[in-house]
Amino acid sequence: MTYSKRLDERKNDELRPMDAKAGVIPNADGSAYFRAGKTTAYVAVYGPRELFPKFKQDPKKGLLRCHYAMMPFSGSGERIRPGTSRRAQEISMVMEQALLPVIDLSEFPNSVVDVFVQLPQTDAGTRCAAISAAAIALADAGIPMKDMISSVAVGQVDGTIVADLSYGEESYPAVVSDIPVAMTHNTKQITLLQMDGEISKEDLVKALDAAKSATEKVYDVQMKALKSKFSVENKK
Amino acid sequence: MIVNQNTIKDLASKQMRIDGRALTEYRKPILVETNISWTAEGSARVQVGETVVMAGVKLSLEKPYNDTPDEGGIMINAELTPLSSAEYESGPPGIKAIELSRVTDRGIREAKAIDMKKLCVEPGEKAWFVIIDIVTINDAGNLFDVAGLATLAALKSARFPVVDTETGAIDYKKKTDQPLPLTKEPLPVTVYKINGNLVIDPTVEEEQVYEARLTVATDDKGTISAMQKGGTESLSIDEISMMIDLAQEKATFLRGELDKQLQ
Amino acid sequence: MSARHKLGGYRKMSELLKKEREIVIPGEILAQGMDFLPGENTYRENDNIYAKALGLVYVSGRVIKITSLSGPYVPMVGDRIIGKVIDITMTGWRIDTGTAYSGLLNVKDATTRFIKKGEDLSKIIAIGDYVIVMITQVTSQRLIDLAMREPGLKKITGGRIMKINSHKVPRIIGKQASMVNLLREKTGCEITVGQNGLVWVRGTPEGELKAEGAIKRIEERSHESGLTESMDAFLGGK
Repeated sequence: MTYSKRLDERKNDELRPMDAKAGVIPNADGSAYFRAGKTTAYVAVYGPRELFPKFKQDPKKGLLRCHYAMMPFSGSGERIRPGTSRRAQEISMVMEQALLPVIDLSEFPNSVVDVFVQLPQTDAGTRCAAISAAAIALADAGIPMKDMISSVAVGQVDGTIVADLSYGEESYPAVVSDIPVAMTHNTKQITLLQMDGEISKEDLVKALDAAKSATEKVYDVQMKALKSKFSVENKK
Repeated sequence: MIVNQNTIKDLASKQMRIDGRALTEYRKPILVETNISWTAEGSARVQVGETVVMAGVKLSLEKPYNDTPDEGGIMINAELTPLSSAEYESGPPGIKAIELSRVTDRGIREAKAIDMKKLCVEPGEKAWFVIIDIVTINDAGNLFDVAGLATLAALKSARFPVVDTETGAIDYKKKTDQPLPLTKEPLPVTVYKINGNLVIDPTVEEEQVYEARLTVATDDKGTISAMQKGGTESLSIDEISMMIDLAQEKATFLRGELDKQLQ
Repeated sequence: MSARHKLGGYRKMSELLKKEREIVIPGEILAQGMDFLPGENTYRENDNIYAKALGLVYVSGRVIKITSLSGPYVPMVGDRIIGKVIDITMTGWRIDTGTAYSGLLNVKDATTRFIKKGEDLSKIIAIGDYVIVMITQVTSQRLIDLAMREPGLKKITGGRIMKINSHKVPRIIGKQASMVNLLREKTGCEITVGQNGLVWVRGTPEGELKAEGAIKRIEERSHESGLTESMDAFLGGK
């Protein structure tokens, strides 16, 4: 038995339907909305602003801080208790590391750029949606960035390499691997890599190769969101 | 900003506002959207002007409280997220969030808006508990009214999940078409007193200059189910009476907007 | 161009890949080849010049630069800004500049009036007050010195302050201050535009409202051509 037809009938390299919008939170310096299937993320960027406590300041460059949070009603099971969790803290950390390689805060010593994520509903791929939304929000906030970061999961379900696993696929009753990846657009460098499940090294390399075209599709959505916000402003 | 705060006070005495609205006029647009979260049993996003709030309802089966063995329960929680304003920080809820959740809670609970007895599945053993979470997306002022509207819209949109008749386990991925046993629809309206004048739907800057405020939750018949006075100055009984009249009038207006948009 | 073709294949032909005033996002390739030079908000890697911020492409001669459409205000010497007093020190006032860096307004740079040693500075400018000041120094670590001794620099009283995107400030001011003068004339308001995006407007309540509406409109339509004419029509009627 092999996984020849995906649960939601997508092609193997097909992502869930995506939507994105820049500038959705007026109070923030930059913001974005990103949807992948039934996962939605809101991101607000505040800063560069003064960092407290002072001992955390870096006189050479600004600090990037990510804060990932699921809304209490956003899980597919019982209510999630508000407040941070070990999972949220880890995701916040890998988000920072996924974004930092392209962010240049050398012009903003001693400051902080805060990235806040809230997810009203989740299916799968919440960290990828959060990272993709955060990249839009940071660009919207005018933060110097060498490149865009686009994120999506790839993986293997019962022998078949697929892109953007749904929750049903993550929990498919066979050998499954779920590999959240974030990539730079120009150089296809990997800035986020995690994995759950089992996969051979050969297949892993194949999956990572598939991530190139998968993240490219995310990039197109991110670019459109940013350009449409500012071309509306530019329109006669 | 102190400059704007002084101007707000000066204008109020001339029956004017800094953004050109009438003193008792809500901002536009007022937008209500329900079912914004498939994972919640009910959910809503409400926007008034630039203020945006989301509310989600989760249902769970619990053992009833000892003193009310044949009733379910409700709980309302509010988070003022740092996503929604530079003024808010991560961490446990501050007093502003606690007040918002408790005032919203009283408006629903004390009106007996949800028939608690109908939430009981098995007396003393099992009843539905309704948990509402309010999450701010953009705080541009007047969270009390916007959160109240979002809470009611989320409650109205809620549907019970499917329960496995044999195991008793809840299948949160499947919803029935059964709504919550709502008996009435209370809505809070907050009336602010700024330089002696009554003002509705304040911006964040207007919220920094008021002398006193009164949140009044009323149902469709005008019955008051909860009140909260805030602010550092006192109110006369005459003023309170005028504030309640205004709150009732505006609750009718908001209820009309809600009904129109939920059709 | 044809001349270079004839020179043959040692050097790849340079090519501009974006149009003037096109919107680009971070990481987009703006030009290939060594004939172009990276300007503001761009960088070179190997043969290519890339965008380092979201903005509009401008080419002047061989230099490609990006004008940001959003982002923090960068303090510059000579800029007039509007700031809020957040603290009072032994020597003067600490001012929130609307950036990650506060500025210092020394007593001697604040007023021509003689101030006695030990005089209560809060009687002159209090915490919470807003001031129009000029940036006199910015260090590499973004320490900012401010002054308030020139005409037009003062403590603000009355009116209203609004916040706009600091990148839109040049449009609010206009060529040779044409836009801001039009706004002043049509609304009867006193208007000061801080380079940091804070704008102070003082006039009649109706005038202030009209000015605020007009400024928001300019901010939204900042890249329209003929904006001064269309704003003239918008503000007409008075």
